[in-house]
Amino acid sequence: MYRYDEFDRKFLEGRVAQYRDQVRRRLAGQLSEDEFRSLRLMNGLYLQLHAYMLRSSIPYGTLSSAKLRGLAEVARRWDQGYGHFTTRQNIQFNWIHLEDTPDILAHLATVELHGIQTSGNSFRNITTDPFAGVASDEIEDPRPYCEIVRQWAALHPEFSFLPRKFKIAINAAGEDRAAVMIHDLGLYLRRNDQGAIGFTVAVGGGLGRTPILAQTVREFVPRRDVLAYITACLRTYNQYGRRDNLFKSRIKILVQSLGIEKYRQEVEAEFAAMGDEREALALPDETVAAMQAQFAPPAYADAAGDKVALRAAIAAEPEFARWVERNTRPHKQPGYSIVVISLKPPGRPTGDCSATQMNAIADLADAVSAGEIRVTHDQNLVLPYVRQGALYDLWLRLGAAGLATPNIGLASDIICCPGLDYCSLATARSIPIAQALALHLAKREAEIGPLQIKISGCINACGHHHVGHIGILGLEKNGAESYQITVGGSDAAQAALGGIVGPAVAAHEVIATVDRLIDAYLRLRHDGEQFPDTYRRVGLARFKEALVVAR
Amino acid sequence: MGDRVFKLVTGNRLRDGKVVYFAGDSAWTPTIAEARLVEDGDGAALLAEAQAGPPPHPAIAPTLIEATRDGAHVVPVTLRERIRACGPTITHYGG
Repeated sequence: MYRYDEFDRKFLEGRVAQYRDQVRRRLAGQLSEDEFRSLRLMNGLYLQLHAYMLRSSIPYGTLSSAKLRGLAEVARRWDQGYGHFTTRQNIQFNWIHLEDTPDILAHLATVELHGIQTSGNSFRNITTDPFAGVASDEIEDPRPYCEIVRQWAALHPEFSFLPRKFKIAINAAGEDRAAVMIHDLGLYLRRNDQGAIGFTVAVGGGLGRTPILAQTVREFVPRRDVLAYITACLRTYNQYGRRDNLFKSRIKILVQSLGIEKYRQEVEAEFAAMGDEREALALPDETVAAMQAQFAPPAYADAAGDKVALRAAIAAEPEFARWVERNTRPHKQPGYSIVVISLKPPGRPTGDCSATQMNAIADLADAVSAGEIRVTHDQNLVLPYVRQGALYDLWLRLGAAGLATPNIGLASDIICCPGLDYCSLATARSIPIAQALALHLAKREAEIGPLQIKISGCINACGHHHVGHIGILGLEKNGAESYQITVGGSDAAQAALGGIVGPAVAAHEVIATVDRLIDAYLRLRHDGEQFPDTYRRVGLARFKEALVVAR
Repeated sequence: MGDRVFKLVTGNRLRDGKVVYFAGDSAWTPTIAEARLVEDGDGAALLAEAQAGPPPHPAIAPTLIEATRDGAHVVPVTLRERIRACGPTITHYGG
């Protein structure tokens, strides 16, 4: 894991001191809210419905146990005892007092965390595959590249006033677990025919009121040139992106209006004209190697024999077997597993984690996962380095902390934004819908199999509803909440935006509507198909029919 | 519940962001029942009064909202404001 150097530490200490003085002046009446708002937002402090909300960035979703304990301490000491993990692999605290925030940021700085660039028209947290470095289908660990891009993007002087916020995701495996296609800029790490590493660069993805999937600008950019090439991508956006209309200011709108061909021409022309600057931005092999050394895997044990004990435990304990099947993933190291900790016990708010649980997970990470934890964009946590011989004991200990729900990838593993219960932008509640749906669907999720339900409480789509197999968007119509339902979306490699199945329904009709859509899927699916496969084969009309017939 | 719609002013307290209501005489209260309610036509004047005073103003973003009165209970018209008044509707929150 990347460790701060002296420069990083000094910078963050300076930033906290600066912010402390800004808060002092605000509370003394020397700064108005208009003057102060952008200063607090630059440190991740928003104002929501009930309180201030602090968003801490978790670079590429990687946490050490010390960082997670640091977050737990914020939850325990300055919030109401819990935090909320988000679809951008970050964490939000919902009950923050302004007067405490300098101390909170000082505390976060001690564990190398902060809220910088979690707001505003800047580069946001660089996100990636939560199984980075351990996935069996991976070409290379993407995190060294994430960190290189993070350092390039941090307070970048040329791009400190972009037309709008900018989200970058990097994926380096066969399967896209970083939802790259819905990002402003996405990098797919590739190895070309000569064995060289480079990136496919895609731009213009995003959800919100105008959902668009990213398009490829260049199939293969050698890694040496990747920073120069994305500089050209950003420079083109910075120059031509609209600043007159907030709703048309994202890069997706620019790419859509220019067309990908014209955008590509502009980028290639800029890239070709960079000259010395291109050399200055080049990534020599030594630089990459030095960064890769920061992400060296832990010393793996010879654990090939662990599978014998694991098989015996699976055979003896059906509940454990179910958890292993649902919540562990293949590891590149023989005898090891990737463990996904569900933050979705049915009936609980999606992605919430108490301080006690965070501390318990940090302890478990130290005991069995080389002190490392990952945050997923599905709002779960991951222990990336678990010996299979340790799985049974881990399962028992997770169960004792209420963290052994065996539902990863199933119907109750719902993505959900905070919605109108917390968020000042929301138009309808999302968490109660997710809670009710999860409780209802948990009973039949074994029959349903893998299914992604994603819920947003407004058109900004923090809950990624457009790319849910079943997506639910909360709206307000004539003073009442209503929910527009889509089917067939996907954030995987074959990404797709869902189609609207019919008129929006009232809150009390959501469960019955989702049930009918699932019934239709179960009727229509062929062996081996998942929801997006069936949808691609039969089309939207068959799902619409299912609702019409039911009405 | 009464059908008459009143106006009142709400904001978030500067220090901690807590939801507060303008009670008149420069005072803000976390209890909506203590808010000053006025007739529709007097809303602008109430908002101006709520916004007055030397810095730092105790409440951020004073905003005029609508509510009805039912005995001692003051009930905001919109769901958003009812949630602001009563807190999240979620059971079992906190992980």
